Amino acid sequence: MKQSVFFGALTGAVLVGGIAGAATLDDVKARGKLNCGVTTGLVGFAAPDANGNWEGFDVAVCRAVAAAVLGDPNAVEFVPTTGKTRFTALASGEIDMLARNTTWTFSRDTDLKFDFVGINYYDGQGFIVPKALGVTSAKDLDGATVCIQTGTTTELNLADYFRANNISYEPVPIETNAEGQQQYLAGACDAYTTDASGLAATRATFETPSDHVILPEIISKEPLGPLVRHGDNDWGDIVMWTLNALIAAEEYGVTSANVEELSAAAGDNPEVNRLLGTEDNLGAMIGLDATWAKDAIAAGGNYGEIFEKNIGESTPIGLARGLNAQWTEGGLLYAPPFR
Amino acid sequence: MTTLSDPTQESFRLSMLLNDTRYRSITFQAIALILLVAAIWYLMSNLFANLEEQGLNISYSFLGSTAGYDINQTLIPYSSQSTNLRAAFVGVLNTLLVAVLACVMATIFGVIAGVLRLSNNWLVRKLMAVYVEIFRNIPVLIWILIIYFIMTAAMPAPSAFRGDEPAASMILGSFAFTNRGVYIPSPVLEPGWMIVVATFVASIIGIVAYRRYSTKLLYDTGRLLPRFWPSVAIFFIPTLLVFFLMGRPISLDYPALAGFNFRGGLQIGAPLIALWFALSIYTGAFIAENVRAGIQAVSRGQSEAAAALGLRPGRIMNLVVLPQALRVIIPPLISQYLNITKNSSLAILVGYADITATLGGITLNQTGRAIECVLLLMLFYLTISLIISLILNVYNSAVRLRER
Amino acid sequence: MSDTHAESVAFVRETAIPPALPPATVSGPVKWMRDNLFPTWANGLLTVAALYIIYLILSSSLPWLLGGIWNAESLAQCREILQGNSAACFAVLSERWNQLLFGFKYPPELYWRPTLAFVLLFIAAAPVLFFDLPRKLLIFTGIYPFLAYWLIWGGTILTPLIALLGVVVGYLVFNRFVKGSFAAGMFGGVAAALVVWILGGMVFSGADLFSLRSVSSRDLGGFMLNMMLGITCVSLSVPIGIALALGRQSDLPIVKYICVVFIEFIRGVPLITLLFVASVMLSYFFPPERTVDLFLRVVIMITMFSSAYIAEVIRGGLAALPKGQYEAADSLGLDYPQAMRLIILPQALKISIPGIVNIAVGLFKDTTLVSVITLFDIVGMIRGPILASTDWNGVYWELFMFASVLFFIVCYSISQYSQWLERRLATDHR
Repeated sequence: MKQSVFFGALTGAVLVGGIAGAATLDDVKARGKLNCGVTTGLVGFAAPDANGNWEGFDVAVCRAVAAAVLGDPNAVEFVPTTGKTRFTALASGEIDMLARNTTWTFSRDTDLKFDFVGINYYDGQGFIVPKALGVTSAKDLDGATVCIQTGTTTELNLADYFRANNISYEPVPIETNAEGQQQYLAGACDAYTTDASGLAATRATFETPSDHVILPEIISKEPLGPLVRHGDNDWGDIVMWTLNALIAAEEYGVTSANVEELSAAAGDNPEVNRLLGTEDNLGAMIGLDATWAKDAIAAGGNYGEIFEKNIGESTPIGLARGLNAQWTEGGLLYAPPFR
Repeated sequence: MTTLSDPTQESFRLSMLLNDTRYRSITFQAIALILLVAAIWYLMSNLFANLEEQGLNISYSFLGSTAGYDINQTLIPYSSQSTNLRAAFVGVLNTLLVAVLACVMATIFGVIAGVLRLSNNWLVRKLMAVYVEIFRNIPVLIWILIIYFIMTAAMPAPSAFRGDEPAASMILGSFAFTNRGVYIPSPVLEPGWMIVVATFVASIIGIVAYRRYSTKLLYDTGRLLPRFWPSVAIFFIPTLLVFFLMGRPISLDYPALAGFNFRGGLQIGAPLIALWFALSIYTGAFIAENVRAGIQAVSRGQSEAAAALGLRPGRIMNLVVLPQALRVIIPPLISQYLNITKNSSLAILVGYADITATLGGITLNQTGRAIECVLLLMLFYLTISLIISLILNVYNSAVRLRER
Repeated sequence: MSDTHAESVAFVRETAIPPALPPATVSGPVKWMRDNLFPTWANGLLTVAALYIIYLILSSSLPWLLGGIWNAESLAQCREILQGNSAACFAVLSERWNQLLFGFKYPPELYWRPTLAFVLLFIAAAPVLFFDLPRKLLIFTGIYPFLAYWLIWGGTILTPLIALLGVVVGYLVFNRFVKGSFAAGMFGGVAAALVVWILGGMVFSGADLFSLRSVSSRDLGGFMLNMMLGITCVSLSVPIGIALALGRQSDLPIVKYICVVFIEFIRGVPLITLLFVASVMLSYFFPPERTVDLFLRVVIMITMFSSAYIAEVIRGGLAALPKGQYEAADSLGLDYPQAMRLIILPQALKISIPGIVNIAVGLFKDTTLVSVITLFDIVGMIRGPILASTDWNGVYWELFMFASVLFFIVCYSISQYSQWLERRLATDHR
């Protein structure tokens, strides 16, 4: 008799189940929710808070896309994925986009048939060591035991770096950041390596952060960005240009505070006007409302605001903008023109 | 008598397929076969449709490409330049290593706990009952995590061995217990070591031969030769003699603190120890119950009869009870070994590089070839368990009671 | 007379001596200790060693346990209160209590629903577990799965109601036709149920009656998820296991080999690889235009897993029945389904119950493996959101101890029940 629970659940699942056809945009609109893949929990980037609400830098990208497409930043179903499950989840259509600090690499873009639509964070892999060790450069780590958080390209970068410098090490792969921290603090490894952004976040939670130093070497390029399935270019364009809209908004000084005001009527800056839909209708070209970019910016603010709120210097994570500053301020963020 | 002829030859009718027992089995099998083929066809067509839509393919060529990552504990030479296939092979060997180690250790734990549970000492009995119940009723996954945390938190880090007044020191100057693992001396082999080892093996064979001979002599003539001291003598004297005559061809390499870690000697990594210990102590609780049930299955009359013959309790256990109990104990014991092998796949929790962590973990992560990796993984475990089942079947047919 | 006595014996006692207490060494606690703790020297040493072990464990854990802090907002605050003393910080349990039990996404105002379902579970399970209770209660057991589904997932009551209706109609049809032929009853029942489900689905699609707020299965978590997976998968896998066991014993070669291959394949691979299949492979095997959510995929895989094991236990039960039972059934002229239903299975299942309970306990413990594939069961909650949060990063023992205690309580009581049942069912008079 209990088989019917199963049947009931099956009916429910089929109703819930999305459609992974070619036209993701139609599916998202029909469903009324965006399925967005995130990490299982990395403070600052994507983690549920005490009340179960997802927060973070990657989460904000999902919310912006949801706002642009559906007009509601909360119309997002966050799907936690691991390093193992993320690609299948995207390929099988379980999620519409993946915003899970995933490094843009050649083989992922080509062999695995995904499209990276932009870069929302320029990261690199670094090391953290206890000050007491007296190590000032990663090249001093000959023979050290290194804890690695597995899941991205960390293991490969580490192997490449140590091989290139002809020094030996002993890797200890760790599943979650919390466990990596525990191993590192107990002295089971001399150094802990993961993306530099993650290291800063990790150090912030230590009892005495000043006892630990992040080594100056950044051993890899880790351009992290959202990705979508290969082949659905319309959907890829929407995610790409939503991200660009957030970046451009910061450049033009459109913030969550003044976006309502600026979008009420056409202003002096034609670029802003086109972005916010008060001049031309760019939204129609990608199948969205004219106010798509306004909605996306209103969801969580422009790129700079999102950065400051989640991982910026005022947060416990305390990351400086660095490479992630606007091109006008010496960074790499450069949104193509909206016209 | 022609009136009682054969029943009229009915022509075949369609309803007979369902109602006639002669044909019904064929109908059912045909239905089963059709359903199976349909299910497989459905799943496969979905698979290929999905793959085609994504532009993906099933290909095992990634096995030949460079793995690119390092592994901390390998039994065969491996570097980050080796292929994914070799990484998988390292994983296979590591799985087998931890499985064999854990099987041995779990048997030891299980037999001790099982025998002690039948002890006449109340306190020991209860203590063992608590051990068995606690370990049987909590998931092995939680035990692995807890034991790994205990290891890293309770053992000293290598840095504790440093300095003028170190917080920790090596045991006997040759064993170091750290939270990165245990460092023990390793043998260094120089020319001539083969002869020493061969002598040692020969003397072991000698001991067995001597004991057989003495038993035979006892049964034939009633003369009792001393057994213990001659065995000890055969064990040590020839090997030591050869060892010194050859000019000590085997020496020990002691671990010593150098740089960040201990260098030299043999390192048994903390993940291996944690997994090994967790699997052994968890499965030991199950084996203890098997051992207890096996001993209790031997009827009381057997040990009473042995006692009536004047055997001492130790001998009763060894000569009468255990040989009979083993017949009951061994089949479940072998399936516990199978469980250990399968549970060793939880190695990913502690970062031990078994097959699930290499092929099913990092390789899968890096190449994204989920279907291929998972299929290979299942194939490996399937092979192992079929081999173990085969051993079980051979054993079962070997010890079957031959009734006369 | 008395004189003669007086010469030989000075005093004759006329009354019996009142029985004295036995010497202290052969009675009471002393004797008990001598017999049970110090019968021999070696044994005495064992006792001392055991006492020492107990002392070691208690002396290190008791102060830590008793000095535990129950009220704090974060680990840092806990450390502040402790001022360098080492003691447990149980505050994490009180602060994250709901998350540990229900996961982090189940709406807090709806916690009463799973709680109610949990309480009702005892009423539903009671008639199955204890045969002395009135049989009428079984009706509630039959309704329970649908009720629990409605309570936990919410949505309109029509979905479970139609499912229930289908089962009832199917059962009635089965009862009507089974006297003719089992196959007709079976197929008729299944067909009737399907018709009801499809018709019901068409008629009531979009209807909204007695709707509870619906909760998607991705929002389930915590210990609740372990319980749900355990209960659902075991109850689903018992009927499948019976079918597989019968299939493996059957004379039909094709059916037999399908069952053998299935059982041996599933038993040969670790559950974790099957869960990998569920998380990374299974979605490729479903039609391109729809995906099935992870919870259901996991339920499918775990059910397959446990049904293979249960099939082997039941096969053991079938094999243990004396051949005479099969022959007796044949000689009564019963056909195969009748013989199985009326003679063989009731006895074989009775023999298999302890084995099935063992599998159920093992399976319940194995539900923790789902944490490896991003379901947030209790271990997933601990390793994921709770340890990753800045407040509680670094609290391990308290959390894992809590999870262990929960599992211990459930598993230990099930195994005690199974032992009780075994004694209860022992009808052979030894």
